[in-house]
Parts: sequence; C-alpha cells; structure tokens
Amino acid sequence: MNLEALIEDVTVDLLRLAVTKLPEDVKEALRKAYRKERNPTGRTQLKTMLDNIEAAEKAGIPICQDTGLISFYLEAGYRFNGLGKIEHILRKAVRRATFEIPLRPNALDPIMHENTNDNTGRNVPYVHWRITDGDSLKITAFPKGGGSENCCALKMMKPAEGLLGLKRFVVETVVEAGGMPCPPTIIGVGIGGGANIAMELAKMSLLRPIGEPNPDENVAKLERELYEAVNRTGVGPMGLGGDSTSLAVKVEYAHRHPASYPVAIAFQCWAARKASAVIHSNGEVEYLTHKHNPHKR
Amino acid sequence: MAIVKLRTPITREDARRLRLGDIVYVTGTFVTARDAAHKRMIQYLEEGRKMPFTFEGLTLFHCGPLVKKVDSQWNVLAAGPTTSMRMEPFENRVIQELGVRLIVGKGGMGDKTREALKRFGAAYGAFTGGAAVLAAKRIKKVKDVKWLDLGVPDAVWTFEVDCFGPVIIGMDAHGNSLFRKVQAEALKNKAGIISGFMR
Repeated sequence: MNLEALIEDVTVDLLRLAVTKLPEDVKEALRKAYRKERNPTGRTQLKTMLDNIEAAEKAGIPICQDTGLISFYLEAGYRFNGLGKIEHILRKAVRRATFEIPLRPNALDPIMHENTNDNTGRNVPYVHWRITDGDSLKITAFPKGGGSENCCALKMMKPAEGLLGLKRFVVETVVEAGGMPCPPTIIGVGIGGGANIAMELAKMSLLRPIGEPNPDENVAKLERELYEAVNRTGVGPMGLGGDSTSLAVKVEYAHRHPASYPVAIAFQCWAARKASAVIHSNGEVEYLTHKHNPHKR
Repeated sequence: MAIVKLRTPITREDARRLRLGDIVYVTGTFVTARDAAHKRMIQYLEEGRKMPFTFEGLTLFHCGPLVKKVDSQWNVLAAGPTTSMRMEPFENRVIQELGVRLIVGKGGMGDKTREALKRFGAAYGAFTGGAAVLAAKRIKKVKDVKWLDLGVPDAVWTFEVDCFGPVIIGMDAHGNSLFRKVQAEALKNKAGIISGFMR
C-alpha cells in the first residue's frame, strides 16, 4: 500500500466533497432558517440556496463557482510516517483537484497579478499543523470563499472597552457587512492572544459544527447572546432583509496581554464548506464530515 | 412586486419600469466583468480604445465562472454572482459610456452607481450568491471570451442565457435601493441591540 498515494487520493476526495456537498449540520440549519423566515424575499433566497445544494450534490458540481482559497487543518500523530512530505502531497492533490473536480483557479500573485491556474502558490494552500499523540493523520480541507473572507475584521480594542465593546464590535461588523458575505453566515469570534492569534482562533472556530457550543459555559452564553443579537439586525438572507442573518456564532479565546484586547471576526458564507478524514498508518480511512467510503478494506 | 420577463436588448424604458422587489427572469445576452476587467475598461475609455465586446442593451453580470473546456467548447459548470461592491469605483462610468441597462450581481452597490442608474436609465438586480449550479443551468452557451490573460475568473465572458432568474431588483432606475433600506433598518435595530447589552 502506497501511503503517499493514498493521502493524495483522500485529499482530492476531501476537496471534492467539500465543494460539492455541505455537511449535514449546515443543511439542517439552512432548512430550519427557511422554515422560520418571515420575510418573503428572505424565503426566496433560502429556497434558492436549498435547491442549489440539491442540484450540486446530484450533479457532483461545486455548489458555488468560487471554490475558494484552500487551507488544510491537520492533526498529525507524531508517529505517522513521512510527516515531512505531507505539504508536498497536499500541493499535488490541489493541482489534481483543480483539474479533475474542477476547482476555479483562485491563486494570484498579489504583486504581479498572475493567476497560477492550479490553486497553488506562495504559502497557498495554507497548512495549519497540530502535532498529537499516536500514528494517525487527520486532514480537514477548508476551501474558503473570497466574499465572506473580505468581511473579516480585526480590532485591537482597549481592555477597558471590555465585553461590551466586543459585543458592539460584532454587531457593527455584521451590519456593515450587510449582504456581502452571503448571509446567513457562520460568524467566528476570536479573542485574545495577539492579532494573528485572535484571527486564527476566529477562523478555526468556523470548523466547529453548528450545533456544538463552546464547552465552557461562560463562552457558550456569549455565543448565544451574540447569535440572538446579530439575528435581530434584520440584514437577512443575502442582505435583502429578514430574520436569518446568521446560522451560528462561534467564540474561541486565548489569554490576553494585560494591555491588549484583540478581537477578530471571521465570516463563513451560507455555503459553509469543509471536509475531514482520518488516515491511519495501516491505510484505513475514516471520513468524518460526510458519509463516504471508497477506500473500504 | 411583480414577476417580469425581460429579453435583451433591454431599453431604457424597460429598465425604468422595474421596481424594487420585482422578480425578473432574463433571456438573451449576459456579459461578465469583475475587478480587473472593470479597471481595464476604464483604462480603455481613458485611452479612447475600442472594447473588444459590447454591453449596449445587455446585462452586465458580476461573475467569475467555473468553466471547463471540452474539445474547443467552453462549458459553464457554476456561475453565481460575485460581490458587486468591489466594482463600485468604476461602475458609474461603465453605465454611462457602455450602454449597460441591467446589472446582475450580489450584495448591492453604492451611491455613485445608484445615481448613474437613475441618470442613464438602468437597474441592478441580485441573484442568490452561491446558487451557482442553478445559474449555470440557465446559461445555454458561451458565445465568446475576451481578456483571458486576466485569468479565467476575471476574463470577460459573453453568455447566452434562457430565463435567468429569479433576479430581485435591488436598485431601480429612480434612485431607490433595497440594500440602503435594509441597511438603514439594521442601523436602527443596532442601536436597540447595543442598549440591550448595557442592561
């Protein structure tokens, strides 16, 4: 068994699953939003989203033409063989996926403006590593659309502004973003650590399933309060007005410097795409976010 | 709030009849243009160069499609709208000089565009962002593509479409904007929400 070829195949699979099929928790949240939406324009938007999800799944075509900038979040057991080669394999998989699925070529040199045509480039695909115990490799493919990404915000708040300042910042950012991030969105809020840490936490919080609150009850309470608040703005599906502005708010935090209070906000569009699998050293593969098993042994 | 069927070429009168909230289905020609194409169009206008495509009476579609070339034919797999606001710095001139009568995008546009829509008789409609497979199904043929040197998403694609919609008129030819209304309402709600936090 060629483990490297398996990792490449699984990664291409994950990218295909991510862009063509939404995870069940996202679909259910959209169905629920449609049932509860009182604004008729909002209802037409949600219906169109649900119809499109079905059409994409049936046809095996990407849900959205913006197949995103690609990131991978890895949890790698230190005893998994060949960790040094993983990034190279991921890049090969991205090139193959671009051609096969296909993915839209979304990697441009920011200085020369040239499109690489294969979704790879400098520091892209972005790879986030967490080294763990054991000998398995968990890969999460996270293709992130540009529209929602452009609404991300960071504020280095004064500690005296406190939680009230944070809540105000979140609501203001949601109102300012309006329809641009394709609501109803999943909103990630990262607090503390430092500018990069807060934003990383905000982005990673988007990977947590919709129905799963933060395990810390004080943080879960903040998540609920922010969720109710943003849904009272009336921005609605696609910013055309309505009850459903956000599907969920996720908060993650790091301890902060006494003089700093960084707050980062990340938006994920309604087409909240991601796919994960665990590859065991013996070649067994478990798909986590989607029912899928082409590598049955 | 009416259901309107439009066919290109769209006249100023067609555009002026549209009202906020109207649900439009368009048949005819869509021409895509995003950031880089808009920048280049303004450059061409400034240099007095002729565009290799026309917008006269047609629909400008803010879209970077996902396409696949099969033999020598381009197939459009997914083609939902991109965020229109990125084109705000350029759009008023494109409306004024290039005869656009309908813009289809998402998220709305700003005051400069709103004024140009009123002045020159054009409207802006929103198609559901991310509903790209449904959008592609209404695109019957790729008639042309220009400026591919900008990359596939940023090139200017000319599509033949059949009953493309539902497109919700979000900005009409009379200076009205549904996005502005929602934004104003949201700002009002924001004040109440924030005072709620303080209790």
